Amino acid sequence: MKVIKIEKSDLAAGLDKLRGGYRLFGPVKDKTSHGFQELAAGQAPDLAFQNTRLSPKNLVFPQSETLLAYSLDGNDPEGHIAREVDKDYSPRAVIGIRPCDAKALTLVKMNFDTDAFKDPYWLNLYNASTFVGLACDAPGGTCFCTTTGSGPFHEEGLDVLLVDQHDHFLAKVLTDKGEKLMTAAGFNQSADGDAAVEKAKTAAEAAITTAIVTDSLAAADPMALYNADIWEDIAFACINCGTCTFSCPTCWCFDIQDEAQGNKGVRMRNWDSCMFPLFTMHTTGHNPRDTKVKRTRQRFMHKLKYFVDKYNAGIMCVGCGRCVRQCPVNIDIRKVSALMNNVGDAAKCAV
Amino acid sequence: MENPYLPYPVRIDDIIVESEDRSLKTFKFVFLDPDDEARFAYKAGQFAELSIAGVGEIPIGIASSPVEKGFIKFTVNKAGVVTTHLHNMKVGDIMGVRGPLGNWYPWEMLEGKNVLIVGGGFAFTTLRSSIIYMLDPANRSKFKDITVVYGARTPGMLLYKDELIEWEKRDDINVHITVDGTDDPDWKYNVGFVPPITEQKAPQGDADSYAIVCGPPIMIKFTQPVLETLGYDHDHIILSLENRMKCGIGMCGRCGIGRELVCKDGPVFTLAEVNQTPREY
Repeated sequence: MKVIKIEKSDLAAGLDKLRGGYRLFGPVKDKTSHGFQELAAGQAPDLAFQNTRLSPKNLVFPQSETLLAYSLDGNDPEGHIAREVDKDYSPRAVIGIRPCDAKALTLVKMNFDTDAFKDPYWLNLYNASTFVGLACDAPGGTCFCTTTGSGPFHEEGLDVLLVDQHDHFLAKVLTDKGEKLMTAAGFNQSADGDAAVEKAKTAAEAAITTAIVTDSLAAADPMALYNADIWEDIAFACINCGTCTFSCPTCWCFDIQDEAQGNKGVRMRNWDSCMFPLFTMHTTGHNPRDTKVKRTRQRFMHKLKYFVDKYNAGIMCVGCGRCVRQCPVNIDIRKVSALMNNVGDAAKCAV
Repeated sequence: MENPYLPYPVRIDDIIVESEDRSLKTFKFVFLDPDDEARFAYKAGQFAELSIAGVGEIPIGIASSPVEKGFIKFTVNKAGVVTTHLHNMKVGDIMGVRGPLGNWYPWEMLEGKNVLIVGGGFAFTTLRSSIIYMLDPANRSKFKDITVVYGARTPGMLLYKDELIEWEKRDDINVHITVDGTDDPDWKYNVGFVPPITEQKAPQGDADSYAIVCGPPIMIKFTQPVLETLGYDHDHIILSLENRMKCGIGMCGRCGIGRELVCKDGPVFTLAEVNQTPREY
């Protein structure tokens, strides 16, 4: 695998060269926290961050997105007929995404890219993007990526992995897309960096000291987990605020709403959350998940059991730790998983 | 890439008031682009999103049958924002239909079998689609005995009354119509709730018999023990579930019952399958 050396002093100039062929996105500090946004001309990504407060899922799955548009004019021969809207799917480069968040997008892709249906909005943005990852040298105290099937130097979902070497980056070029981007940026100084990258990787993985225990989840009887007596305690403090789902890089649930003013309207989708009662409320008023206990259980069962059973690709969590840090009542997915795992130990599937 | 969120444009071709309280209307649609009809090829038991620009979408079972050509039909209960808007639309209005969505009754498995259909209230739409499909001359010989138990609160609340009366007279289908109650002295069918009428009229279950059950939760609850007593195993009892839906294609996440999504993995499940899920519907 090709490794390229990029002097930090050359990074901004290289990124500027990309602008002819790519829209650039990267972490930017806004008051107290970092978030991914489009980089204006001359604006460099701020790579001095641990991770962004919200995940970068909005880059391929905007919080609000127009799906279709229509005229409501009765005299318009196209009136009341929904049509696709023009979208910019020109190449994009995402600079500085953390490996956990890139891995998260590969998990979410399983939902939007199926045999039966393809979500064109998600997939077009994903496919238009080249992901330049930034390896984590100093993981946070709530990071547990190494026990989720991800890691601080995990390469899945990335086209290039940047490894910080003080005055320069070592760039592992992982895909053709990544190769193309490096060429376009004029980064071509080959380096013999494998040993340095491995050393940094080993150190970073050792710096992650907390874990999520999931070994008994796959074999557990789903109904035994569902009916376990752990959920009242887990959900006791939950206020169903939805912070966990909105900050989570693997949460993808959405709502579809029409918005119309005068003779024009759009159908759009907006992030939604299983924490909200309206998410499942029937028109009759009947609500299958009518209590916060049921909604809290749904979130953890989806991430740690239903997804595991459905895709056989591990848990729907990459260990970024955002929900752990940002939950206002300190609900911790690691503790929940441990409780579920205990139930799983006692209730293995008969099959 | 095909866009699964893009509805086919349709024109309302006819509107039939089905029930005496006017809460149920059947909408007949024709595709503006005749080629869309072939793209919409469906099987009995599937649903579609009825899509009204500026208002929204609703998932509704397809009441027309695959053997009926040139149109599609849906019977809609006036209940929420979109259904109320639809009830106020008129013949000639333009809207959209997105689908077909979800799975269907297991027609290949049902071939060569006795089929018992138990329906209640306005959950008779995909059952109508199924009956029309099975009675089609090209299909009738594929099935053994067909029995239907269908009930509503009053005679005026029964769907598709003309067809019911016609089926009732035929000898290749056993139709048992019932109402919870009526003061009509000329009512010549059954009076009683669906579960006891099923108990009296339905044939015994065996390895060659399947029951398809659609109705309000209370009807399903009391029909289940009746079917068990009659000898229908849980993997021979077929249900069609409903849940709040948006996308209809298994992506938006809200209609999940465990790992299954009602919109994509269902809406048709056997009772044996439903027993393995949290019943969050």
